[in-house]
Amino acid sequence: MDDKILEVLHLKKHFTVGKGQVLQAVNDVTFNVKRGETFGLVGESGCGKSTIGRTILGLYDKTDGDVLYDGRNVHDLNEKDRFQFYRRMQMIFQDPYASLNPRSTVKEVISEPMEIHNIYRDKKEQLNRVYQLLEEVGLNRDHANRYPHEFSGGQRQRIGIARALALEPDFIIADEPISALDVSVQAQVVNLLKALQIQKGLTFLFIAHDLSMVKQISDRIGVMYLGHLVELTESTTLYDDPLHPYTKALLSAIPIPDPDIEEARERIILKGELPSPINPPSGCVFRTRCPMAMEICSKTKPAWQEVTQDHYVACHLYDETVENKEPVKSLIRN
Amino acid sequence: MDKILEVKDLHVTFSTYGGTVKAVRGVNFYLNKGETLAIVGESGCGKSVTSNAIMRLIPEPPGKISNGSIIFKNKELTTLSEKEMRSIRGVDISMIFQDPMTALNPTLTIGTQLMEGLQQHQQITGDQAKSKAIEMMNLVGIPNPAERLKQYPHQFSGGMRQRIVIAMALICKPELLIADEPTTALDVTIQAQILELFNEIQEVTGVSIILITHDLGVVAKIADRIAVMYAGKIIEVGTKREIFYQTQHPYTKGLLHSVPRLDLQGEKLTPIDGTPPDLFSPPQGCPFTARCPLAMEVCDKVYPVTTERSDSHKVDCWMQDDRAKQLLATSAEK
Repeated sequence: MDDKILEVLHLKKHFTVGKGQVLQAVNDVTFNVKRGETFGLVGESGCGKSTIGRTILGLYDKTDGDVLYDGRNVHDLNEKDRFQFYRRMQMIFQDPYASLNPRSTVKEVISEPMEIHNIYRDKKEQLNRVYQLLEEVGLNRDHANRYPHEFSGGQRQRIGIARALALEPDFIIADEPISALDVSVQAQVVNLLKALQIQKGLTFLFIAHDLSMVKQISDRIGVMYLGHLVELTESTTLYDDPLHPYTKALLSAIPIPDPDIEEARERIILKGELPSPINPPSGCVFRTRCPMAMEICSKTKPAWQEVTQDHYVACHLYDETVENKEPVKSLIRN
Repeated sequence: MDKILEVKDLHVTFSTYGGTVKAVRGVNFYLNKGETLAIVGESGCGKSVTSNAIMRLIPEPPGKISNGSIIFKNKELTTLSEKEMRSIRGVDISMIFQDPMTALNPTLTIGTQLMEGLQQHQQITGDQAKSKAIEMMNLVGIPNPAERLKQYPHQFSGGMRQRIVIAMALICKPELLIADEPTTALDVTIQAQILELFNEIQEVTGVSIILITHDLGVVAKIADRIAVMYAGKIIEVGTKREIFYQTQHPYTKGLLHSVPRLDLQGEKLTPIDGTPPDLFSPPQGCPFTARCPLAMEVCDKVYPVTTERSDSHKVDCWMQDDRAKQLLATSAEK
């Protein structure tokens, strides 16, 4: 059961942004994704979640660390192997308006990957596969000759999904696949992704900022803050027993569509704003906004540790070697 | 209670090469002094057009308020001249837009932009305007206001910019504030801060708020009453509790069931199938018929009469008709 399809080990991705400054988009992130599961990666804008997705796929070169797919290092693949690797891992993008070429018909959009990889010699066979894919994602074959502008956002996202499925990959990275869609349509797309996963045994890395949707679809969730993974566990545990103060604040900030519950809830309102990843705070990156910040937090980076089985957190509060856990107000900058 | 705003039978159309789009088709609602009314609906339902019509911000041509009246404090707004309207905008009615990145002028300091409205509408010296601006910045929670007045928008984060936009909207002490998706572009932890700010501002200033949103969680938190819009019409309106706990319209029910809830385990999302109708030629009957699980023959032909379930709760649905209830009973017997 513990068959790891993807292992991300101490991954770092830094960008040089001029004037000798370095933007630390992803810093020492370690996690693995098991075959057939949906792994959710959540965090607010600028936390590095999309950068991780792109670095895993090899769209960005890593700065340090390793990405292992089925035991092979993705960044060390030669050109030929990398080409083959893309048949196994595909991506669904956020904006269904920008990710489809407006001058290509749906048929061309979906068959392009098949042509690049030279899968079908017979054009007719290829066309049948396009029709089949369209039907699998809830569209129909009449749509094949139309252009993207003739479709609504939800339908376009279905086309994007069909394109990602064209090469029959095992692993799909979905980067905010539903955030550009209306609420009633979001549920359509999420249900489609779930159905396809069961049908084809796909593994998903689902990147999103909407924790309630991520919890709905994911088996396990990793929470990110300013380039760091701060907590990782099963999605039900994350909601029932969040450990990291950031996870707690994030959960409490999400409004629940039920007035009685909403009015009775106690809310942790985080002070201040996200610090810059160019000049992140010393020690724990969250300590400038953390209501529990202690003396050690500004000095030492908290270790990534397994607190209970399969529940990882990076926070000094759960480190037994830390003696003084008295909160220190002055560490919080406004 | 005093009604501060009353909108009656409002119709807004846009002439395009493709024909006339009937964006708002007979909208009725009112707003009491000091309350928050949320207008909820998906993209293209007419919620933003409705709010722009109140501000008389519909570009004419191509747009036009083709029928109806908007009464603000016993004054009819639809017939006012542009000059008269200018003395109302920003003074009596203010608006907050969705995107704080584009709502501010990047070439002017925050201070200039904050004081501009004030100096436009009031006889006031520069020093007085400045102290007013500082007072507003304190109210919306911007630290070091005197210093930050001299800064430009790009020196502020998204959440801070939205605070500035709110300060600008409130500086002339309006009685009505229209907020069009004010937190949609913000991260959840920042959204929580801004929603908290709305609560505080309403307590301090007693301003009435129309909140345009698609997020039912936000609505559950801060609305008093809710109007649900679909295809240019308000199909259900009621107090927050009536809409959430005595939901009548199938579309409202659909919306509530299609959003995932953080506090529930293993719920299945039920999306609303299909897409909203084309407003070039809206259906004659109920616009939701094609997507409605309960649709009857009559729904396609005649728009439902408004049923008043209580003083505050009104529904446009044929299921409210006694004859429909009989029909249901007989079909259940079969």
